Amino acid sequence: MLARVAGRVYWMSRQMERAESMARILGVTSNLVLFGEQELQRQNLLAPLIITGSAEAFFARHEELSVEALIEFLALDRENPSSIVCCLAWARENAHAVRWQITSEMWETLNATWLEVRALDPKRITGAGATRFLDWVKERSHLFRGVTYGTIMRGEAFNFSRLGAFLERADNTARILDVKYHVLLPSVDDVGGALDYYHWTALLRSVSSFETYRLLYRDQILPIRVAQLLILERRMPRSLAACFDQVKEAMDRIDGQGDQSAKRLAYELHARVTHAEIEEIFKNGLHEYLTDCLTDMDELGSRIQRAYLGDV
Amino acid sequence: MAGAHYDEMRDAGGAVRAHFRLLAAWLADTPAERVAEKRREADLLFHRAGITFAVYGDEEGAERLIPFDTIPRVIPQAEWSELARGLEQRVTALNRFLHDIYHGQEILKAGVIPAEQVLANDAYEVAMVGLELPNHVYSHIAGVDLVRHDDGKYYVLEDNLRTPSGVSYMLENRKMMMRLFPELFGRQSVQPVEHYPLLLLETLRAAAPPKVRDPVVVLLTPGAHNSAYFEHAFLAQQMGVELVEGGDLFVKDGHVWMRTTAGPQRVDVIYRRIDDAYLDPLAFRGDSVIGIPGLVSVYRSGNVALASAMGTGVADDKSTYPYVPEMIRFYLAEEPLLPNVPTWQCKRPEDLELVMDRLAELVVKEVQGSGGHGMLIGPAATPEEREAFRARVQANPANYIAQPTLSLSTCPTFVGQSTAPRHVDLRPFVLSGREVKMVPGGLTRVALEPGSLVVNSSQGGGTKDTWVVD
Repeated sequence: MLARVAGRVYWMSRQMERAESMARILGVTSNLVLFGEQELQRQNLLAPLIITGSAEAFFARHEELSVEALIEFLALDRENPSSIVCCLAWARENAHAVRWQITSEMWETLNATWLEVRALDPKRITGAGATRFLDWVKERSHLFRGVTYGTIMRGEAFNFSRLGAFLERADNTARILDVKYHVLLPSVDDVGGALDYYHWTALLRSVSSFETYRLLYRDQILPIRVAQLLILERRMPRSLAACFDQVKEAMDRIDGQGDQSAKRLAYELHARVTHAEIEEIFKNGLHEYLTDCLTDMDELGSRIQRAYLGDV
Repeated sequence: MAGAHYDEMRDAGGAVRAHFRLLAAWLADTPAERVAEKRREADLLFHRAGITFAVYGDEEGAERLIPFDTIPRVIPQAEWSELARGLEQRVTALNRFLHDIYHGQEILKAGVIPAEQVLANDAYEVAMVGLELPNHVYSHIAGVDLVRHDDGKYYVLEDNLRTPSGVSYMLENRKMMMRLFPELFGRQSVQPVEHYPLLLLETLRAAAPPKVRDPVVVLLTPGAHNSAYFEHAFLAQQMGVELVEGGDLFVKDGHVWMRTTAGPQRVDVIYRRIDDAYLDPLAFRGDSVIGIPGLVSVYRSGNVALASAMGTGVADDKSTYPYVPEMIRFYLAEEPLLPNVPTWQCKRPEDLELVMDRLAELVVKEVQGSGGHGMLIGPAATPEEREAFRARVQANPANYIAQPTLSLSTCPTFVGQSTAPRHVDLRPFVLSGREVKMVPGGLTRVALEPGSLVVNSSQGGGTKDTWVVD
């Protein structure tokens, strides 16, 4: 497959996954700020900006930190390259460039999404309207994923699409956990009150794993178990372990005898979540562990770019 | 002009011509609402499939459908056979001409064509001198524009030898007609066109450097924002070859390679849909971002083939056009089967004078113009437009030619809620590999405005399916 085409497919899937992640983060945030004292509220509002590394860009454009400003900046701002509308526009642009190498259903899904976003009235994306919009973004992402799985040939395009989507998802899960953990609970042994409980469930819901937690642990929500679920539990499709399973498998299927450094690093990341104990991770520091993971994922992205995708 | 033209369906007395009888009967039996409904269905299907045409100058990403007319144009087999012979003769002579001007220049020595007409032409490519091409073919794909005058004869309007477009519409129109009106195809045997992509691939493979056993063919496009991008993608997909952009290709060790996820893969034949000037920033325009640095040197060493060859444009230039009948006589020692439209060359003082006198009756065209741009249709223009154009011609006469306003033939076309005659032309596609091949028919373009002679899709023209029937 042409390197340029593979690059477009990879980024198309990454951008769509990124839009969904952003919708999840914002959805949880707009719920969370209904509770708690002022400092905690501020922490909760800051979290999405820290997760996406865009606090500086935000304050360059907004004076006040509020849910409305966050939605405006992270969901609707066409000048913020990681906003939802920008991600959707980029996903569509990438699909447009390779529409004859992907299935027409994939192209049509992204094109229809983009057409709807373009016609959007920003004034209606506040309050309950914002929740509806964020849910809609998630649905469009679900639809795109389903259409992709249901129509695309199992070849290189499929491999690169998976690679993009799961690398992005792993990145997002690691960031959410890292930031939220920091906001919520500096110490492992703390067991919070009702408000903490509410926050932990919100975190779990943001990665669609509240029900999974209940099923697996049938117990109160303990921070260490949340981390266990989001990092090591491969049955949970948004956990790092599950994402790295998919990344490794996609890598295995990609042809190419040249640059092996990307494959090597993918194996390493996979091994890291396969043979790990959550207690040990906590002993050495969760934040350090997640930071290492994020650095390596970043490096993996660069190596994939270099080995397969050319200079896109 | 009204009334004087030749109608494809009815003779001068109003009777339906024999080859149109089945279609005319079907039209009479079919309620207009049904045809209208089918037309809407066709639009929907074309849109959904993304069979669109990007329009330069419109809003970013704007895409339009080329209007599709549901009433086919019918050509009897005997007439097509004549046309096909004429086309083969013409394209063969043009390829001989191109080989000659880059080798012995016999036609210039014989004084048949003035040397400066060829050698001073912008499209004459010095880098092609002495280069041996497989089968001596320069123009592998020609889209020759034909019109039928009121005398009932076909005339050649233009030889598009470089990168003619429209063949995808020919193929999609047939597919659409078979889907919308299967019953029509049961009534008479329409000659198939669906194998065109196979013939094209065969032609391109025949252009490969002779020592290559299993040539790798690619289609080079300027990119997704080009107006003909749909066609590029469509043909690549139909032939099963890679659709590449300049950045996908690079030159190394005397060959052209494409970047794939599995490493570099060698490329032997490039069906390029970009102009000469953009092919290689090292050889031509340094600002080209869609070309491949070093391509020309690989091409000159014979390690890659280009379809069409560089420097082909000198033969389909409108100022070279008047000499094509002489080329046919010179190279093939035959009389031309397809006549040219009489043409005045404004670079000749006596021709210029005549053109200036008769501006209101003539069509004046830029020598390098295409797509219906840079031309004046005298009878249709306002006095102000004529005077503005007069000034342009006088400022640079060598840049213009003039022809009588032809009365293009008409064909019944579905407009509004009923059928009415509209002017059409015909673009058959002629493939030159080891031998000359074509599929029966071609692309019929139709001017949708009453009385209009402008069939170009960039100016609102539509297309029809074209049937060659026994």
